[in-house]
Parts: sequence; structure tokens; C-alpha cells
Amino acid sequence: MISLRSVCEEVPGVSEADLLRWLEQDWVRPERREGEPAFREIDVARIRLIQELHIAFEVDEPTLPLVLSLLDQLYATRRQLRLVLETLDAPVRQSVAETLAPVIVVEAG
Amino acid sequence: MAATPYETLGIKSDATAAQIKAAYLKLAKKHHPDLNPGDKRAEDRFKAISAAHDLLGDPEKRARFDRGEIDASGQERAPERKFYKGYAEGAQGGRYRGAGPGGSDGEPFHDIFADLFRTGGGPFGGGQQRMRGADQRYQLSVTFIEAALGANRRLTMPDGHTLDVAIPAGLEDGQVLRLRGKGEAGVNGQPAGDALIQVDILPHPFYRREGDDIHLELPVTAAEAALGAKIAVPTPSGTVNMSIPRHSDTGKQLRLRGRGIQGRGGRPAGDLYVTLKVVLGTPDTALEDALKSFYERHPIDPRKHLVETS
Repeated sequence: MISLRSVCEEVPGVSEADLLRWLEQDWVRPERREGEPAFREIDVARIRLIQELHIAFEVDEPTLPLVLSLLDQLYATRRQLRLVLETLDAPVRQSVAETLAPVIVVEAG
Repeated sequence: MAATPYETLGIKSDATAAQIKAAYLKLAKKHHPDLNPGDKRAEDRFKAISAAHDLLGDPEKRARFDRGEIDASGQERAPERKFYKGYAEGAQGGRYRGAGPGGSDGEPFHDIFADLFRTGGGPFGGGQQRMRGADQRYQLSVTFIEAALGANRRLTMPDGHTLDVAIPAGLEDGQVLRLRGKGEAGVNGQPAGDALIQVDILPHPFYRREGDDIHLELPVTAAEAALGAKIAVPTPSGTVNMSIPRHSDTGKQLRLRGRGIQGRGGRPAGDLYVTLKVVLGTPDTALEDALKSFYERHPIDPRKHLVETS
């Protein structure tokens, strides 16, 4: 578990005030331990991404929720697709692959 | 890296700082791995773009590069960055679930289908599919000493199988070892996948690593420091006797050659740097008197370098 302060040390350019504001906006959703936010690696990676979008790519704070929402939907869809494909038994996977082969072109490797 | 940083950013060598920044932002936005989760090469491109910008975005580094003092890769920053996409597709990614249908005009599922169609390296065609087994990921923690000297570890898999893992000497924290053919079994006679083992190094109570060298703070008595002594020093590969020269003091650094990270593959072993720390103990009246008269005769100001000269 990573504390608010260590996150700010780990991600340059993010202040405690920024982070508290982002928590309030629900852009970052750490777990809570005794009322204090407790961050995991995924949260830190997300904070780094938000910082980069905001500071380096100059996406302003009113526009950020739009970008984050689209990304969250993209990743949710990817998770579900992966889950569906992983759930299939090997023979079924193979038959799905054969059925999809003419439809979906992927590069080798 | 074959391309120069100027080529990587697609700019001329006389580009202004503003042009460099604009070129970097344009490419970084396009190739950011978290915005291109389906494209496995985006990460490599993004790293190259970032490295080029680190170099050219800093006027001092850029001038040194232009003068040929440093090369493009010499300034590449090593720390491995863990991108958001690496987490977002796992179960924990559900914390950031959005609502409504998703969509993108790129090919956001390209890599997932590529996994489905993976044929073990052969060209993709119609007909009978044959699949290489999936890679499996594990995590393993080793001690500082195991990483310094190398070790053999036996992992027990969730299914009861055991896996022997050779930890190479000089392993870095977070390094991933690949054991060929130790992943999931293949289908239709195709080879098994690989086991990918991420190895984390546990911190050591008194050794600290810097590259191939190891640092150790060694407490010595005032008598050992002042009069000199032969002292048994712990090293990762066993205790070594080291001579402390007469008139040593706190902060004195001594080197034990070849006692750091073990050598491997033509790379010489690192050294163990021992930094002395004088420990006084509790003085009796005799020592108090001796110290008093000594410093009266030899006054020193050990804090004179702490005065700011502004």
C-alpha cells in the first residue's frame, strides 16, 4: 500500500492538492485504510497517466473526464473480450479462431 | 538505436526548442502506450520518442550531443516505466469501469486477436489452427545475497508442479527471467509457452547495492580507528579480514576488490566499499580526562565546513 505522500514523491509534478482534487473528482479511486487513501500500483500508474495527459499533453481538467471515460470504456471492453477468449476451452478457441480468420486480419508475430 | 534523436522526432538538426517540443508532443500523444493498448510496438516507439526528447529538450545535453560528446543512447534513462495499460486489463482494472459502449477508430483489440490466432511463429493461413501454449507469469522474491551471488530456487506451482529457477548472479530488481517451454502446454503438437518470472530483490539490513558495487557501513571503535586494526568484515561471499590503517576516522572508505556483485560472462566482479563509522562507547573518567587534555592540546573544528559562504 502506498501513501498519498509517497505517490507525490514518486510522480513528479503532482502535488498533494492535485491528488486530493483528483480523488474528489473520482478520477482516482484508491482503497481506504482507516479513512486514509491507500494506493496500489494501478492507481500510481493511472495518476502518472493523468499527470501526463494534463501537464505534458495539455488536456485541461474540464476535458480530462471525457478522455478518462473513453479510456475506461476501452479498457473495460478489452478486459471483457480477453476474459471471453480465455474462458474458451482449447478446441473451442481453435474453432473460434478458424471462424474469425477470414474476418479479422492480424499481423503475424 | 539506429535513428538519431532528430530523425526520431522528425525534425531538422537546427530546429528551435519550440519546434522540438511541438514535434515531441505530437508524436507522444499519437504513440502513448496507454492510448494504444492494442499496439504492442507503441511502447517501443514512445520510449524512443521520450528518449529523443530527453536529450534534445535539454539545451545542455543537446549541445553536448551536437558536439559529439555523448551519443543518443548514452543518455537514455534506464528505469522501467510501468504503464497503466499493464494493470487496466487485469481484474483490478474493474475499479475504473466506465459506462456505455466503447469505441475507437484504431484497432484496439488487435493484440487480443493476435493472441487468439497465435500459431507458434508460422505464417498465418486458413485451415487447421495450431497453437503454441500460453506464457505464464510468476513472481518470486529473492534475498540480496541470492541476487548478488546467484542461486538456485525451486518454485512450486499452483498445480503442484515444481520449477527450478537459476537466479543469475548480478540479477537486477524486477528483472524477468524467461524459462522456455515451462508455460502452458501447446495444442496439436505445438511447443509449450514460456514461464515468465519477475524476480524482486528483498532489501538487505546492512548491504546497499550500486550497480555492481556493494556499500557497507562498518562500525569500529575509536581505538580501532586511531591505532589501526585487523577486522573481520562480512561480505556476501563470506567473512574477510581487512586492515584498518592507523589514524582512520569516520567516513574513511576502504575497498575490498572483487567482493561486490559476482562477475559473470566476462564482466568483472564489483567491489565492496566499506565506510568506517567510529563508535565511542561509554567513556569512564580516565577517558574523559584523556579526551579533555587531548583536544586542549589539539583543538579542531569538525563543523567548519558546515558554514555557508553566501
